[in-house]
Amino acid sequence: MRLALFKAGDLLIATLLAASCFGSFYFLWYQRGQASHVLLYQHGQLVKRWPLRLDSQFALHGPLGATLVEIRQGRARIAADPSPRQYCVQQGWLSRPGSTALCLPNRTAITLEGDSGHDSLAF
Amino acid sequence: MTHWHSDPLTPATTHDLQLARLAAVGLALSLLESAIPSPLPGIKPGLANIVTLIALHQLGWRAAAWVSLLRIVGAGVLLGSLFTPGFWLSLAGGTGSLLMLGLASRLPTRYFSLLSHSMLAGMAHLAGQLLLARLWLIPHDGVWQLLPPLMLSSLLASMATGVLTLTLLEQHPPCQAKPLP
Repeated sequence: MRLALFKAGDLLIATLLAASCFGSFYFLWYQRGQASHVLLYQHGQLVKRWPLRLDSQFALHGPLGATLVEIRQGRARIAADPSPRQYCVQQGWLSRPGSTALCLPNRTAITLEGDSGHDSLAF
Repeated sequence: MTHWHSDPLTPATTHDLQLARLAAVGLALSLLESAIPSPLPGIKPGLANIVTLIALHQLGWRAAAWVSLLRIVGAGVLLGSLFTPGFWLSLAGGTGSLLMLGLASRLPTRYFSLLSHSMLAGMAHLAGQLLLARLWLIPHDGVWQLLPPLMLSSLLASMATGVLTLTLLEQHPPCQAKPLP
């Protein structure tokens, strides 16, 4: 393969796209702070906001049946779901702010919400 | 022995034949690719896009649109996924990348090669799919969490596709329409 196939603009575009790709990892995946609440969604609507420090279990209802959400020791997971491929169950325990488990076929989801990383501000 | 003639009033032009041949190759690549196991739904090499790029380069944007859409609908019929969410996602991605190819092919060829077209179209493909997913399949902002890994795989795949297409076009001179055997 000869390098003469590429042109200057190709390198420019490749660099820009690679930079925005790493940027997307940084801004969408890397979040500081502690997760404090779990948000439960069904049909895209927020149905409950629950503090992670309280252990609990909830059932969300979608077109395929019930999605079971378990909250224990500051973490949350989809314990059971009727979706055929079980991706959201296999994601396991979520503990970082911003992390999400989507059960696409059943139209249910959980997201962890973080505080800003500041326990207190003193002036 | 009976001879079956096609309608003599509308003979297929060589342009039609080239287009159909490219669409058939794209369809074959789509079918082959569907047999490759994938770690996540939505991550696949997109080899059939080589054919779309070749069509764009040799026959123009309209031909590329025909080849791409014929391939998407044909793969839907053959894989049994016609009108399922996967089919609509594929169509949204195809539409996005075709629109982007229309814009990208106007870039000055002195500085930008097919590789740029491929990378930009790959991004537009992903954008089309994610927008449809956000608007229709799962109306939840968690969809954007899928962006980083999908963008990485899309970028790598579209680079590979672009390089493959460039080398293919370099090794083989533009295919002239040959009479069918």
